[in-house]
Amino acid sequence: MMEKVAQMIAVTGAQAVAHAMRQIEPDVVAAYPITPQTPIVEYFAKFVADGVVKTEMIPVESEHSAMSAVVGAAAAGARAMTATSANGLALMHEIVYIAASTRLPVVMPVVNRALSGPINIHCDHSDTMAERDSGWIQFYVEDAQEAYDLTILSVRLAEHEHVRLPVMVNQDGFIISHGVEPVSFLPDDVVKKFVGELKPIYPLLDTEHPVTYGPLDLYDYYFEHKRQQIEAMKNVEKVFPEVAQEFFKISGRKYSFVEPYKLDDAEHVMVALGSTNGTVKYTVDKMREEGCKVGLLKIWMFRPFPKDEIQRYLTGRKSVVVLDRSASFGAEAPLYEAVKSSLYESASRPLLSSFIYGLGGRGIAIEDVEEAFEKSISGELVTDYEYYLGLRE
Amino acid sequence: MAEQKGWKDIPIGGTIVEAGSAREYKTGDWRVLRPVYDRSKCIDCMMCWFYCPDLAIIQEDAVMKGIDYYYCKGCGICASVCPKSAIEMKPETDFAEEG
Repeated sequence: MMEKVAQMIAVTGAQAVAHAMRQIEPDVVAAYPITPQTPIVEYFAKFVADGVVKTEMIPVESEHSAMSAVVGAAAAGARAMTATSANGLALMHEIVYIAASTRLPVVMPVVNRALSGPINIHCDHSDTMAERDSGWIQFYVEDAQEAYDLTILSVRLAEHEHVRLPVMVNQDGFIISHGVEPVSFLPDDVVKKFVGELKPIYPLLDTEHPVTYGPLDLYDYYFEHKRQQIEAMKNVEKVFPEVAQEFFKISGRKYSFVEPYKLDDAEHVMVALGSTNGTVKYTVDKMREEGCKVGLLKIWMFRPFPKDEIQRYLTGRKSVVVLDRSASFGAEAPLYEAVKSSLYESASRPLLSSFIYGLGGRGIAIEDVEEAFEKSISGELVTDYEYYLGLRE
Repeated sequence: MAEQKGWKDIPIGGTIVEAGSAREYKTGDWRVLRPVYDRSKCIDCMMCWFYCPDLAIIQEDAVMKGIDYYYCKGCGICASVCPKSAIEMKPETDFAEEG
């Protein structure tokens, strides 16, 4: 059991998230184990079995059922959570859209893993990128601390009356989920107070006010409901900084749409999602000691995509290299495409190129990051070209 | 069709927040063939009332009073079951000017 004061403990990313879930203590958790998400469910199931939390745990028979049970619970008026990875997320796909379009504020930690096939259990972002248009808010975290913090913060963001959208908190499989790091935990009562009570909007269990969830919605109203979803995503731009400020007050840790790292005078900038940002930060420090004006723009929030921040931080740079841990076959990689599109209206567009790396859990080394920066600095970088880091020819 | 509202004026998520809202759903505009009722042939047997899947036959005290065109989809079951051929299905285009 946690003490009532904040404390630093060495845990894996999966444990960090399981503890966040323990402190949030959702009414319902429905989940199915899949590598590398398994330890989240395992640790949380132990909290339930030990009576540490009063959460109703539903051990369903598939991820399709996990998300369906969560949708049902959330519609009933419960705070509901699940967690998954890769093919589990793909199996949920149908209901992932339904959770968002039914406007149910579910929070789901996802442990990123390459989608089959060929079958692979290691990290890349193909699983969550396949859900980028599902209507969920998406965070990508750099380490276990961020996974813990953003899981807690996301409850408030998802449930905000002007948002009411589900949130995926994505952490890199094995690299974060199974790597042990020091994580600063907030006291239980502080988290409980921060997340507060869910205020359901149309709870099915309010039998005095009967409602219908999921009715047929044809050409007469479906479009209007989609427009509402678009607006809710736009509202995130205003609501997220407010919630992040409140989280800062209880934790001392600041979150935003992006994290600029040594960007003030940077001429050559890298953009990345997830744990790779740690490797890039290390490389930026190393190269700066050698006199190179390099920097990093870490993307915390991928949906809604922070277009204004992209323009603000990347306009006027000499070159920008975008790292993607997934491919879009026959088109540009997802992060590259989003960054490039955001810079279309920019007054001074940088030289921009795409680097795909790390598919199926292939490691990214400091030398790989240096290689990409060296291309930028030497002027070798070909604009709008797709490079592959760490691939054998 | 009931008056259609804009996206700012409807509950989120496609949720229907009151019971019995199907009452406001005009299914009559699906109709291609219109049942036309001839009172002089009718014997008030109520076969049409029993069979109508949309409760679109109007009756009072077991006396046939007509057809509710707001809901009638024009399926033709009433005309088919009528033992006196008192209901005839006519193309909606014949009534185009009436609206």
